[in-house]
Amino acid sequence: MNIVACVKQVPDTEAQIKVKPDGSGIEEGGIKWVMNPYDEFGVEEALRLKEKNGGEVTIVSVGPQRAMETIRTALAMGADRGIHICDPAFDGADAYTTASALAAAIKAIPHDIIFCGQRAIDDDSGQVGAILAELLGIPQVTVITKLEFTGAGVKVIRPIEGAQLLIECPLPCLLTAQKGLNEPRYASLPGIMKAKKKPVDVKDAAGLGVSVANKATIVKFVPPPARAAGKIICGDDVALKAAELARLLREEAKVI
Amino acid sequence: MAKGVWIVAEQRDGAFRKISFELAATARKLADQLGDEVCAVLCGAGIEGIAGQLGKYGVDRVFVADSPALEPYTTDAHALAVAKIVKENDPAILLLGASTQGKDLAGRLAGKLATGLATDCTDVKIVDGKLLALRPMYAGKCYAEVAIASFPQMASLRPNVFPATENPKAGAVVKFDPALEAGQLKTKVIEVQKDTSGKVDLTEANIIVTGGRGMKGPEGYAVLEELAAILGATVGASRAAVDAGWRPQSDQVGQTGKIVSANLYIACGVSGAIQHLAGMSSSKFIVAVNKDPEAPIFAKADYGVVEDLFKFMPEFAKECKKLLA
Ligand SMILES: Cc1cc2nc3c(=O)[nH]c(=O)nc-3n(C[C@H](O)[C@H](O)[C@H](O)COP(=O)(O)OP(=O)(O)OC[C@H]3O[C@@H](n4cnc5c(N)ncnc54)[C@H](O)[C@@H]3O)c2cc1C
Ligand SMILES: Nc1ncnc2c1ncn2[C@@H]1O[C@H](COP(=O)(O)O)[C@@H](O)[C@H]1O
Repeated sequence: MNIVACVKQVPDTEAQIKVKPDGSGIEEGGIKWVMNPYDEFGVEEALRLKEKNGGEVTIVSVGPQRAMETIRTALAMGADRGIHICDPAFDGADAYTTASALAAAIKAIPHDIIFCGQRAIDDDSGQVGAILAELLGIPQVTVITKLEFTGAGVKVIRPIEGAQLLIECPLPCLLTAQKGLNEPRYASLPGIMKAKKKPVDVKDAAGLGVSVANKATIVKFVPPPARAAGKIICGDDVALKAAELARLLREEAKVI
Repeated sequence: MAKGVWIVAEQRDGAFRKISFELAATARKLADQLGDEVCAVLCGAGIEGIAGQLGKYGVDRVFVADSPALEPYTTDAHALAVAKIVKENDPAILLLGASTQGKDLAGRLAGKLATGLATDCTDVKIVDGKLLALRPMYAGKCYAEVAIASFPQMASLRPNVFPATENPKAGAVVKFDPALEAGQLKTKVIEVQKDTSGKVDLTEANIIVTGGRGMKGPEGYAVLEELAAILGATVGASRAAVDAGWRPQSDQVGQTGKIVSANLYIACGVSGAIQHLAGMSSSKFIVAVNKDPEAPIFAKADYGVVEDLFKFMPEFAKECKKLLA
């Protein structure tokens, strides 16, 4: 089985995000870069499928040179090879451009199942997987928490508001991973050593034959809307404080 | 030229989801600025009868595809149906809900229509005749203003953020044929396991009462459940509580859990780690109950109570019960 896992390098969840004074982007100094946590679930699931059914796992990432570290991390977890799409032309690429680049690379290799994360925690957009599936002309199931490979296809669980759906989907298909799918493994020391020798193809826009066609542009980055300073409800008597909170929520905030 | 503000309405089991009305009212506001009409697309089976309800929230025309192939929702069928009617009519703006269904559909449609999409927006407006969307990025640590160069200009709207203001219009129902062929429909829903607890999903809840590690164990949640029953709220959890096995994964609020936007969010025994704040800080009113006055959650709270939650919450539940009796 040929499995592809798309991984994006993102700031770690603890990172303080500061908008540049001119609003053109965020300050990147001091940021620790990691694999998007949802992509870890995708890589882990890909490895489990391979371990059970045989086959190969290819990691694909669009990103600057530093993204190579994230590809190596996935190889150290056990993936077989990588494709690094690295071209300054893709700096600030929107979802459509990113998906086009991924599609061009993936079209050229055999693929039965493609994993993406349900969203990247930097742009929080959650659309690259779906656009990629559309560009490849294959079905998708997004935000899955369980997967069973049936030979001809997969059965997956997709939670929605107030229900869980059991969905059947033939191969090839694209699945986006949600927390709960599995517990991603850590790269072992031998894994890290081996990863250094695994092949990674580096491609640019021209090599892939894709052009940058951003459709959504960020006009300006802005800090989050400010919240008014809060009130601390003081006093020694628990019952009085409880009554005061209930009163404020009813009379001032008007939410209960 | 692309014209009109369109929405993709969402229904389940023959009833509209609240987000549909939020979308309709928001589209009306944008359309009035542009001097355009508001159209909705509604897909499903046996749903023609409800379509007209959208008129109340400002929809001029509702395009309805009524077919067994559209129920239950699958990406394949709905994306094909919506793309067909949208392509035929060339709207300037297309809004969807950032619900689980809306997010799934929006991405695929953006691909099919080869257009730009701003996801999970908390504000949309018209500037110089074009859509300008505001959306959180980096888990709400910063926001971005997004413009879309292609048509339709797509945005998905975060549930519970936009008011469902009434503004009655015709809501004329226009049927269309989604022209689906069996060969195009690859995915199949083989089972729907409904949560029978009657609990409102966190992403749709008006009021959320969340318990963190301070709850000490699964038993601690009884007092939150009691309060939730009084307030008509949904109980949530921090990742610490989920990882400890006290609450199911589906209760987790935060960067790797659910992004919620409640009217009232009550955090009990939650420290307010950056990943937790990421999931709830767009809530309108935030209450923090924590025995540690230094807990970072207080910086986000509209009302803070420094107290042992096991002493405070039962009293608070009592007070709410009195007040709402
Ligand atoms: C990649 C990644 C993703 C993450 N995603 C999420 C996420 O989606 N959601 C999330 O919540 N976390 C997430 N986290 C975890 C996050 O960093 C915190 O560890 C977690 O939110 C802490 O949960 P907590 O506030 O319940 O526990 P703690 O931080 O331990 O806080 C417990 C609080 O309870 C208070 N307390 C204790 N006893 C009482 C009492 N009797 N009365 C009143 N107050 C009391 C304490 O003062 C303390 O402030 C993530 C972390 C990482 C690394
Ligand atoms: N630059 C990228 N390189 C590789 N995969 C990506 C990239 N951007 C997004 N993806 C994949 O698409 C998923 C959703 O991303 P997004 O739509 O940006 O939220 C991610 O979890 C990745 O699996």
